[in-house]
Amino acid sequence: MDKVSLELGSGGKLMRDFIDGLILKNLGNPFLDELQDSAHLPQKIAFTTDSYVVDPIFFAGGDIGTLCVNGTVNDLVVSGAEPRYLSLSLIIEEGLPVDDLKRILRSIKTASKKAGVVITTGDTKVVRRGQGDKIYINTAGVGPLIARPSPQRIKPGDKVLLTGTLGEHSLAVMLARGEFGLEAKIKSDCAPLNFLLPFWRKGTKWMRDITRGGLATVLCELAERIPYSIIVEEEKIPLSPATRGASEILGIDPFYLACEGRAVLIVPENKSEEVLSKMRKDPLGKKAQVIGEVENKVGKPGELLLSTLSGGLRLLEPLTSELLPRIC
Amino acid sequence: MKEFRDKSIIRGLLTEIDKISARLKSPIKIMEVCGTHTMTIHRFGLKKLLQDAGVEMLSGPGCPVCITPNDFHEAAIESVTSRTDFILTTFGDITRVPTKKGSIQTTVPAKGSRVQIVYSPEESLEVARNSPEKDVVFFGVGFETTVPAIAISITDAYEEGLKNYSVLTALWMIPPPLRAIVQAENIAVQGFLYPGHVSAIIGEKPYRFIARQFGIPGSIAGFEPGDILLAILSILKQIEDDKPTVANEYARVVRPEGNLQAQAVIEEILETKDAHWRGLGSIPRSGLRPKKQFAAFDAEVKYDLRIKAGSEDLPGCRCGEVLQGKASPPECPLFAKTCNPESPYGPCMVSFEGACLAYYKYARR
Amino acid sequence: MCLGIPAKVIEINESGIGKVDYLGTKVKANLSLLEDVKIGDWVILHAGFAISQMNEEEAQETLQILREYASHLKE
Repeated sequence: MDKVSLELGSGGKLMRDFIDGLILKNLGNPFLDELQDSAHLPQKIAFTTDSYVVDPIFFAGGDIGTLCVNGTVNDLVVSGAEPRYLSLSLIIEEGLPVDDLKRILRSIKTASKKAGVVITTGDTKVVRRGQGDKIYINTAGVGPLIARPSPQRIKPGDKVLLTGTLGEHSLAVMLARGEFGLEAKIKSDCAPLNFLLPFWRKGTKWMRDITRGGLATVLCELAERIPYSIIVEEEKIPLSPATRGASEILGIDPFYLACEGRAVLIVPENKSEEVLSKMRKDPLGKKAQVIGEVENKVGKPGELLLSTLSGGLRLLEPLTSELLPRIC
Repeated sequence: MKEFRDKSIIRGLLTEIDKISARLKSPIKIMEVCGTHTMTIHRFGLKKLLQDAGVEMLSGPGCPVCITPNDFHEAAIESVTSRTDFILTTFGDITRVPTKKGSIQTTVPAKGSRVQIVYSPEESLEVARNSPEKDVVFFGVGFETTVPAIAISITDAYEEGLKNYSVLTALWMIPPPLRAIVQAENIAVQGFLYPGHVSAIIGEKPYRFIARQFGIPGSIAGFEPGDILLAILSILKQIEDDKPTVANEYARVVRPEGNLQAQAVIEEILETKDAHWRGLGSIPRSGLRPKKQFAAFDAEVKYDLRIKAGSEDLPGCRCGEVLQGKASPPECPLFAKTCNPESPYGPCMVSFEGACLAYYKYARR
Repeated sequence: MCLGIPAKVIEINESGIGKVDYLGTKVKANLSLLEDVKIGDWVILHAGFAISQMNEEEAQETLQILREYASHLKE
């Protein structure tokens, strides 16, 4: 590959090869090599960064402003840290209406308040018309570690908990693009996951927010790291009827749809009931479900399996490339 | 409608299938012709359940993504990388097929050009209407289910005089490759699961020769797990009673005569042609292309693309036999060497559920 | 090649274009391949086109057959 293609940014295999082959090869060090969502710095601080490039910048349920705060906040939460301080870098394309910018900044302000973080430093650049897609935002975040994720302690019988319905962010963005002539009442699920922080003290061994690649990709990545398999039950997975409808029309599997305010947790069996009922008390966790468990009797180590609605069993693989609507 | 996926109903159907297959010589080999059937069987985990019930499913040639020769994909890629102010519109699943020039997904378009994924041919027309300064080519790939929609986009463009729009057609018909499969000697396929939505267009008649001339049973099936299992049961009963026919197990959607309106549209706008199928070679009168009066909207003619389909085929490729259930993937000299998921040759390695790709993935676990 | 969804017709324009509804999601649909489509009919939607009308009676019959398979097991 001599030119960077769009496919590289999609989060699939091409991106992973790029990270291994180019980034780690040139910059690798003990922190980076871990490839975690946040780095754990020696001062018991977690540090993370993310860039936000979304088209369109406004969609039902949020905008690039809500995204850039919540995305980084959530990376900290699932790493075992309490989100505290963010930086905010704006790269604005010449010609962006100031009203749009004001709207985005208001979203950032509201989202920050909700997530309990402060924007402490930042930067603004303006690029020529045509050299940027309206606005690109980068946020970096830090916060004190309150727990250490312990995936190495995961064992058979541990439960997989999903905090809510899948795929609404992805579909909301697709719909906002006006693609495919679809109309549906779907709002992005973009939200801060701070309400999950107390569960670190209730035995939670591992957490991950479900972003690009969807539930299947996130759980596949976990399965690959442990000497067991993971089985999830399709009928337990919460999906709104609108999501079910839109994804079936487009032929897209909801297990691969990105979210921006949902997470999956691995919790010991004896704590799962308690965590689930507490989670459901929060408005963002109302639809939480135990969707599966870690297994050592079915499948091979490293596999993610789905027990289907019809009683079959199939392998779920990680997303290898951009999710596409199909006709076939 | 949830009965079509219900666990206890599926179990009941499988029990019945198991009973009958036990009386016959199992495993019974049934070919599902349609890519969407392959998808449904995979999605609901039915393949193993059917195997346990004595039925082995073989994936057939009904996957337009898989059987369209590389040469077409490469022509599409070439057009968007070498022409400026050019928009290539395409269905999503076509874009992931790897070729020597990469896949449509990984292309870097020329200046002012782009690739746009569409859900319907109508959207491509919209793109052309909204961007009169750009040349728009719709990569129209499909079987009879999609053919009428693509044909209508051609007449719509013709009537509107939408000069910047044309279609790169890769249109295929289902009955000809089935004829090629049953005409071969010692075929392993004992029954066909006919594609429900292709049948909604063409009806039952085009398959009748398979039962009458070749004595092979088949059933037209819908796309829910319940539909597929009901159709498989019907095939097993036809085998047991030795009464091969074309049974319609999707009567709520498929009329015996098909969709006459759609057939008329096809007749009016398109003509048949000999076509080269990836892995199966040249099959007479198995493809469709726009009639000469629509030449201005036929991208192959408009841009003088000179697609030499089949020039890329490697000698030794045994997809044809694998597709018929007569050879297993490792028996093909190209398997895992020159033919692998990153550079596949035949449809069996392109289709995500193709025998060769499945074998390759399974063997590596 | 056959991805088709059963959807309910909710709108019809004179040009043969309409709208269908599937589980609350609405899509534009070209109805010109079908004759006599009425609002409330169920059709199969493929690539933005309605390719067939659903036959209610046949649908009920199939559902009945399927239900019998579940009850068989219980015996």
